[in-house]
Amino acid sequence: MPSSQRRIVAPGDELDPKVEAKEPYVVEVGGKKVATVVGLLDYKGQKPSYIPLEAVYIPKPGDVIIGLVTGIGVTNWFLDINSPYQAVLNIQDFLGRPFNPATDDPARLLKIGDYVKAKVLAFDRTRNPLLTVQEDGLGRITEGKVITISPAKVPRVIGRKGSMLNMIQEETGCDVFVAVNGRVHVKCENEDLEDIVIVAVKMIEREAHKTGLTDRIRRLIREERVVRGV
Amino acid sequence: MAKAQVQLISEEGLRHDGRRPDELRPIRMKVGVLSNADGSALVEFGKTRVIAAVYGPREPIQKYMVLPDRAVLRVRYHMAPFSTSERKSPAPSRREIELSKVIRESLEPVLLPEYFPRTTIDVFIEVLQADGGTRTASVTAASLALADAGIPMKALVGGVAVGKVNGVLVLDVDEVEDSAGEADLPIAAAPDIGLITLFQLNGVLTRDEIRAAVNMALKAIEYIVEKEKEALKAKYEF
Repeated sequence: MPSSQRRIVAPGDELDPKVEAKEPYVVEVGGKKVATVVGLLDYKGQKPSYIPLEAVYIPKPGDVIIGLVTGIGVTNWFLDINSPYQAVLNIQDFLGRPFNPATDDPARLLKIGDYVKAKVLAFDRTRNPLLTVQEDGLGRITEGKVITISPAKVPRVIGRKGSMLNMIQEETGCDVFVAVNGRVHVKCENEDLEDIVIVAVKMIEREAHKTGLTDRIRRLIREERVVRGV
Repeated sequence: MAKAQVQLISEEGLRHDGRRPDELRPIRMKVGVLSNADGSALVEFGKTRVIAAVYGPREPIQKYMVLPDRAVLRVRYHMAPFSTSERKSPAPSRREIELSKVIRESLEPVLLPEYFPRTTIDVFIEVLQADGGTRTASVTAASLALADAGIPMKALVGGVAVGKVNGVLVLDVDEVEDSAGEADLPIAAAPDIGLITLFQLNGVLTRDEIRAAVNMALKAIEYIVEKEKEALKAKYEF
């Protein structure tokens, strides 16, 4: 075991039976626990943890996600949610009342290219995930910027008990929302600050497997603020 | 088949390119070579050079091919027109269609498609330079690209061909040995789960020769898969 107590595992590598990780990132083959994606094995703490470094987002009911409107149907919109599955948002749900095609024009409510913060209402794998915006804070995103990162890097952007996210918000005073599907919504006083947060998030995505990242991101944000004069 | 007239094994027992009979060509592997693909890999076995790109799991382009309970793997093996000494027509040939199927079947046993129902996983393999053993290099590249794309798989697959030239079993045959040799036996396997996923034979080998050839190939594949893991880990240097 290297002194850093961290190592990268590849698909097919046998893991310590004490490792707890969700399928399909770890499966049992012939009574052995085997990694199925490239991941980071960390011996910090009581038991080893295994963090996949590559993943796709599979919708789960209750997840709050950010979708991108890609199509308009007769009674619904189609959203790209950074997943193999296209999500559906009903116009009736968006309006909160019955939809009347004679008076309501879906293309005026949500345009193609709009970002929508929504909750997964149902997904049973036989039909496409159904979204809802009938809750506080959900709906069309009107300010700020949205970027897309790998869903596998979301836990790193949030950090242990939210440490990374809290630090970014404290350092910049921005409102940052990280959706589980790998979309990050950044809302700041001015565009320069938003760009700094985006640079920071992209750096976390790139260097998610390295140690001491929180301190380096803090330094990056401070330097960028000086350079950009904000 | 015309008997080989060429002397491919020297008096010292070395091959025409100076390798020992059980020696691989120099192998080079790199992942993440294409930024548009979800996963990609470049694999070189000597002068054979293959690039693989993986997209998915994603919504199928042709909806008729979806399966309700699992992902569909699509593989396209293609040789670039400039990959051979004489221009190869870019249209898919009978051989390429068959190899696409053979490569797909050599990858399917290690994938876990039931986690991604109603989707497709697309693998595009482009042979940039052909010098024998393109199918086994393709399997290796495809397996590496799938791992780079983050597609769950029980183990990595590697491939190598064993041939017979002048009555001697030789590992990792190149174009010269393949066209002049007496037999060619491409094998792909996943050593981590002890599975042979591709086994073809062109030519004639005795039972004992097959046994020896399989052992030779499996030993080499273990080394190839080890190299694959190294290539994957190299992407995440600390």
